[in-house]
Amino acid sequence: MDFPSVSLGPPIAKRLSRLDVQIEANRCLNCYDAPCTRACPTAIDVPRFIGRIATGDLAGSARTIMDANPVGASCARVCPTDQLCEGACVYNADENPIRIGDLQRFATDWAIRENAVLFTAGPPTGKRVAVIGSGPAGLAAARELARAGHAVTIFERDPAPGGLDTYGIVPFRLPAEIALWEAEQVRALGVEIRTGVAVGRDVEPATLLAEYDAVMIAIGMGAVPRLGIEGEDAAGVWDALDFIRVAKCGGDVGTLGERVAVIGGGNTAIDAATCSRRLALRQAQGDTSVTMYYRRGAERMTAYDFEIEFAQVEGVEFRTFVVPKRILVENGRVAGLELLATDPAGSARPLAGTECVVAADTVILAIGQQRHVALLDAFGVMHDVNGIATVDETMRTNVPRVYAAGDCTFQPGGIDAMVVEAAQRGKVAARNIDLLLRTEPR
Amino acid sequence: MADLSIDLGGIRSPNPFWLASAPPTNSGYQVMRAFAAGWGGAVWKTLALEPIVNVTSRFAGQNIGSYRMAGMNNIELITDRPLDENLREIAECKAAYPDRAIIVSLMTECTRESWHELVRRCETVPVDGFELNFGCPHGMSERGQGAAVGQDPELVELITRWVKEAAHVPVIVKLTPNITDIRYTARAAAKGGADAISLINTLNSLMGVDLDTWLPIPHVDGKSSHGGFCGPSVKPIALNMVGACAKDAQVGIPISGIGGIADWRDAVEFMLMGSTSVQVCTAVMHHGFRIVADMIDGLNNYLDARGIASVREIVGKTVPRFVDWNDLNLDYKVVARIDPESCIRCNKCYIACEDAAHQCIDRPADPRLAPVVDEEHCVGCNLCQMVCPVVDCIEMVRVDAGDTVHTWREKLPSVP
Ligand SMILES: Cc1cc2nc3c(=O)[nH]c(=O)nc-3n(C[C@H](O)[C@H](O)[C@H](O)COP(=O)(O)OP(=O)(O)OC[C@H]3O[C@@H](n4cnc5c(N)ncnc54)[C@H](O)[C@@H]3O)c2cc1C
Ligand SMILES: Cc1cc2nc3c(=O)[nH]c(=O)nc-3n(C[C@H](O)[C@H](O)[C@H](O)COP(=O)(O)O)c2cc1C
Ligand code: SF4
Ligand code: SF4
Ligand code: SF4
Repeated sequence: MDFPSVSLGPPIAKRLSRLDVQIEANRCLNCYDAPCTRACPTAIDVPRFIGRIATGDLAGSARTIMDANPVGASCARVCPTDQLCEGACVYNADENPIRIGDLQRFATDWAIRENAVLFTAGPPTGKRVAVIGSGPAGLAAARELARAGHAVTIFERDPAPGGLDTYGIVPFRLPAEIALWEAEQVRALGVEIRTGVAVGRDVEPATLLAEYDAVMIAIGMGAVPRLGIEGEDAAGVWDALDFIRVAKCGGDVGTLGERVAVIGGGNTAIDAATCSRRLALRQAQGDTSVTMYYRRGAERMTAYDFEIEFAQVEGVEFRTFVVPKRILVENGRVAGLELLATDPAGSARPLAGTECVVAADTVILAIGQQRHVALLDAFGVMHDVNGIATVDETMRTNVPRVYAAGDCTFQPGGIDAMVVEAAQRGKVAARNIDLLLRTEPR
Repeated sequence: MADLSIDLGGIRSPNPFWLASAPPTNSGYQVMRAFAAGWGGAVWKTLALEPIVNVTSRFAGQNIGSYRMAGMNNIELITDRPLDENLREIAECKAAYPDRAIIVSLMTECTRESWHELVRRCETVPVDGFELNFGCPHGMSERGQGAAVGQDPELVELITRWVKEAAHVPVIVKLTPNITDIRYTARAAAKGGADAISLINTLNSLMGVDLDTWLPIPHVDGKSSHGGFCGPSVKPIALNMVGACAKDAQVGIPISGIGGIADWRDAVEFMLMGSTSVQVCTAVMHHGFRIVADMIDGLNNYLDARGIASVREIVGKTVPRFVDWNDLNLDYKVVARIDPESCIRCNKCYIACEDAAHQCIDRPADPRLAPVVDEEHCVGCNLCQMVCPVVDCIEMVRVDAGDTVHTWREKLPSVP
């Protein structure tokens, strides 16, 4: 499908030069039971894909990556590699790990450029599986199910597939065309991707249960919750995900004004902040200041350190130990923020009588994401009080033949909600659905 | 400052570093630059009565990982410039650098007159010695010259004698490694009266095949022929041959070591194995003449650190320890020991021992811990130490009492 190609300035990931690729690929030691592979949630055989780059077998390299990780091209750009593969590389003893992510990008870029056909569908089993959601978890599951020979239909609410990879991750980190290429790889295996179809609205859960041999729920998370404070409906107040989505799709976010206030301290807040900095630059509003307001100390921010550093480099300012009490509105538009200081011990409890006002023309809320509780309920899938679906280690829910994976299953404090983890759980779900369909014929 | 000057069979030079007869010694311009950079001697690119015609292309490199030119192969022949032009330039170089050794490499057809004529013509200019090219493995060998001579001990002896009849300066015989046992041709050279031998010339080789065109590499208009291989990759072969000649009583003449020498450490090894001077080609083709400054510096510091006054003192010092397998002590035992502090947990030692040695490296269940050698079953083969990327992380430790010696020779006295 046509998707506007928006970059919003130079990409974060550096493209390795051909010389660097050769040096890096040859520097890899080809470790045995390699720690980098152990640290990759999808267990990409890192020394193998790097070795294949070194010998010029780029098809084999790309296949090694994409075999283990159906969204390996996106992951090459968005994975927090210093927490994962690169953080485990034996060269950390010299603080000089192999640039695994950049090499992965080199190999997958080759596959994209060459239009390489990496996988084929398995011999048809006659079984049908419905996958709800085409984010990393849904795509990974669909790809594996198709390779196992099952007929897969993906139901996707959005006009384009890819989930947050396509709509949610800022374009200078992950251009939409990468995620769309990955979706296309899955479609090419015979998977039907029905975009613009929301399950629960356009298709009933009962219909899916009746027409498919198994159902896989990979619906991610929902919108950013409301703060529940005065002034939230004013023009210039944004849900961070909507904001990034409009920007990434080339839409108009309107004038940002001189001061952008981002509420939150996670990766989404960082993305919204850097995105607004770059948008302001593009709107020739170079003097627009962007400030992140966070309710605890900087060390408690859930954003990765490298993300925070990146935001600092991009000129984002930080203000900690504050919560918004009220959004000030003038003529229907945001005019400022009334803040309360919080407990300096870090409990985030607001302290009465500490009100202060800062000017703001745009307010972006990035305080977490809601859950698609209604859809889980419609399937009868058990979930906790927060709306997080309950699954066992095979990704099975309490409902027979219904599985769930990805962000809609991740507990806070458990598995980090990230692309590579969602992809891995999608794979696990697919493997177990396949097992079910082969061993328990209906 | 140690004394680096040497005397190889009567040829003196201020240091042991000579350029081998090869493209770096093609012309007076180059040899002047080399001497200015500090080279102690130069063996001029092989001369003949008539110049030959060379082909394009000529060379190919062996790249291993990021390392370029671990070896190189060539199908170049000897000089393609007229003899008189070369001789005039030799005279100019000698006049400009009288303290350096200029040795002229020679090759001609297999007749007494031809060799006498070539020697006579070359001695019209001041040369310090001759080197007889009995080694060129390609092209010239098809014309009955080069390695075709060097592979036949009788011809080696005969031609050496012819040259010695005519020459007034020392004669070095350059040997080909493309032979089963190099001692036979070395002995023949000595018998023919050679003042020294130099080895090795290049090894028969084919560098590669182009994966896209299926043409051999390098190719000349779509075809190739075997060439001569040299560079760092050939060093172990050259060192073994130098050692074999050095310890052979029937050879008994000085040696100029050649083959894969790229820095001062290689040079020291060749000298310890019996070389008086060393010759270099590929390393210069890779990096230029300036490397000699580092060779001189490194050798100097090495000798000074050990209080060795002259480089001549180290020549051949390792040769007595280069013996037959039958004389090795079967009671000697070392085992590998891993330093968990410097280990980076790559597990290369583990998989090497597991798949290719003696299955005696254990991995703790916790992958954060270093592998451990089961010393009782370790045979001390060194493989783990070789694959370990961390210098000095795996040490080979002696574990026998060190007070007994038993050799295969005494076990089986019938073995010659
Ligand atoms: C701003 C932002 C930045 C991020 N940056 C990174 C990063 O740098 N690195 C990283 O690893 N992770 C990052 N993440 C996290 C990562 O994007 C998610 O963990 C990952 O996308 C989860 O994949 P998923 O398939 O579970 O869900 P999603 O990607 O959210 O996909 C769910 C899909 O289901 C569809 N859907 C929902 N309901 C229905 C329905 N009823 N019917 C049909 N379709 C439905 C949605 O439209 C969506 O396409 C970021 C997240 C955000 C929000
Ligand atoms: C391109 C090329 C041409 C050579 N030409 C000659 C030659 O004319 N005469 C000769 O005796 N050796 C010749 N050699 C062999 C070198 O002198 C030397 O013996 C060999 O390269 C090994 O040394 P190295 O490993 O330092 O290169 C040539 C080598 C190369 C690479
Ligand atoms: S840990 Fe580093 S050196 Fe070892 S295989 Fe992985 S990337 Fe290569
Ligand atoms: S020395 Fe050889 S046998 Fe001993 S541990 Fe190392 S690889 Fe194994
Ligand atoms: S090869 Fe060396 S660094 Fe690697 S695990 Fe073994 S001892 Fe440690």
